[in-house]
Amino acid sequence: MEATPGHTKHHVNAIVDHLFRHESGKMVAVLTRIFGMHNLEMVEDVVQEAFLRATQTWVFNAVPDNPAAWLMQVAKNRAIDIIRRQQHFAQYSRELAHQLEQETEHTVQQFFSETEIADSQLRMIFACCHPALKEEDQVALTLKTVSGFGIAEIARALVTNEAVIQKRLYRARQFLKERNIALEIPAGNELTQRLESVYTILYLLFNEGYNSGKADELIRKDLCAEAMRLCLLLSTHKAGNRPATFALLSLMCFHASRFESRVSEQNDIILLPGQDRSKWDRELISRGYYYLNKSSEGEELTIYHLESAIAAEHCLAPEFASTNWQRLLQLYDMLLEIKHTPQVLLNRAIVVAQLHSIATAINEIKQIENIDQLLRTQYIFPAVLGDLYWRLGDHEQAKPLLEAALQLTTSQAEKKLIAEKLEKLTHTHLN
Amino acid sequence: MFIFRGANEQYSMGPEEMQQHMQKWLAWVAALQNKKIYAGGHPLLPYGKTVQGKKPIVTDGPFAESKELVGGYFIIKAASMEEATEIAKDCPDLPLGGAVEVREVMQLD
Repeated sequence: MEATPGHTKHHVNAIVDHLFRHESGKMVAVLTRIFGMHNLEMVEDVVQEAFLRATQTWVFNAVPDNPAAWLMQVAKNRAIDIIRRQQHFAQYSRELAHQLEQETEHTVQQFFSETEIADSQLRMIFACCHPALKEEDQVALTLKTVSGFGIAEIARALVTNEAVIQKRLYRARQFLKERNIALEIPAGNELTQRLESVYTILYLLFNEGYNSGKADELIRKDLCAEAMRLCLLLSTHKAGNRPATFALLSLMCFHASRFESRVSEQNDIILLPGQDRSKWDRELISRGYYYLNKSSEGEELTIYHLESAIAAEHCLAPEFASTNWQRLLQLYDMLLEIKHTPQVLLNRAIVVAQLHSIATAINEIKQIENIDQLLRTQYIFPAVLGDLYWRLGDHEQAKPLLEAALQLTTSQAEKKLIAEKLEKLTHTHLN
Repeated sequence: MFIFRGANEQYSMGPEEMQQHMQKWLAWVAALQNKKIYAGGHPLLPYGKTVQGKKPIVTDGPFAESKELVGGYFIIKAASMEEATEIAKDCPDLPLGGAVEVREVMQLD
């Protein structure tokens, strides 16, 4: 055996971050469109094989100039190969067999154009967000099939264990298979409804990355980036380039711009008033404004429009003190009309505390429906109410609330933040 | 010569893990090249035939046991078997259940 002389040219082409993940989503989408949802498992095997082939070949023989195209080519060849094997062309005359083979190749080829690949991905997103599926199953399935996350990564991102994710995926896939859900983009009214589910899932993915203090920072960033990537994909497709999509995208841009400033080097949470606004990503903020502008081309006013406008208002203020609280209150009032939830009421109360008085804010929180239960079960409620009492100097009321919040949160950073407040509280008591 | 076998855990890896694994390999090969240790190699395709017997019988697939499957080989330059063995310990496949067979190529002058 002789050493390969070609190896001297071994130069390591840079492989872009997440190439495999992103290509996995593309390949799975195109191949599923060709072979049908009932063949999803086979499709995933084909994709896995392509990666194995890449790993082996590239290591020995240099990374190709266009790694993405290389992978897609392997997937395409394999697809043609599978179809050929199942079609018994050879039993006909040589001439016909030849023609049929050519036609098969040509037909398969068409699915691999840029536009068709994007189209297939979108169809896949729509299928994963099928309204008959549970939301948690939709999330897991989207991350796996559309985003190319591994089981372990999904478990890490959603802060659960791999068995739970396996179960969700199994359930979701069984459903798609049994109902043989077609990979298609719904039309008319059905499209509008399906888009609603897609928005919900993308919003959930983003929030999971942005707010969950439980998952590690790296995977959280990946989740946010992935939600933004899919939303961008949606916004560039004719089925998805609607005001609501742009509103959601702008909301994500505004929030993402603050990603770096929310956590200190010691991994402590930095709240809005204390954030170094010079660390906010200007590029993302201007993209946020761009999409917010685009989202206003139409009659539609969705929760994403309003939440984005609220986020924009914060980005607009050069410092916390100059925040336009009046405008924020208006926006929260508008949001309440279409999203009347305890969380929105709680956030509105925080604005009231800034604009009017802390006592009024406390009063409003106390009037939230089922507040007693919320204070016992969702950490953010006792945390916010406790903080308001604390700022008011009413330590007696603040203490049990902050203690309850401390019990309820699983995030270490949140725990630390609340514990520090409690600490100060005891100190002032002693004095 | 390094002969690589197994590393079956990569069959169940997610795309991101696969990419990271590949990047480890690329870095390893690059390091070996920089030190002028690496002299070449080839991957082997997973399928093949086996011919054996006095009246030769041809069977599909290299070997039944996939963990025995040879994925490829490297030719490296090392002063001794010990040195070669040390180098092999950095193979990125080892944590994935892989094995490296280290053999000396006999020089025929």
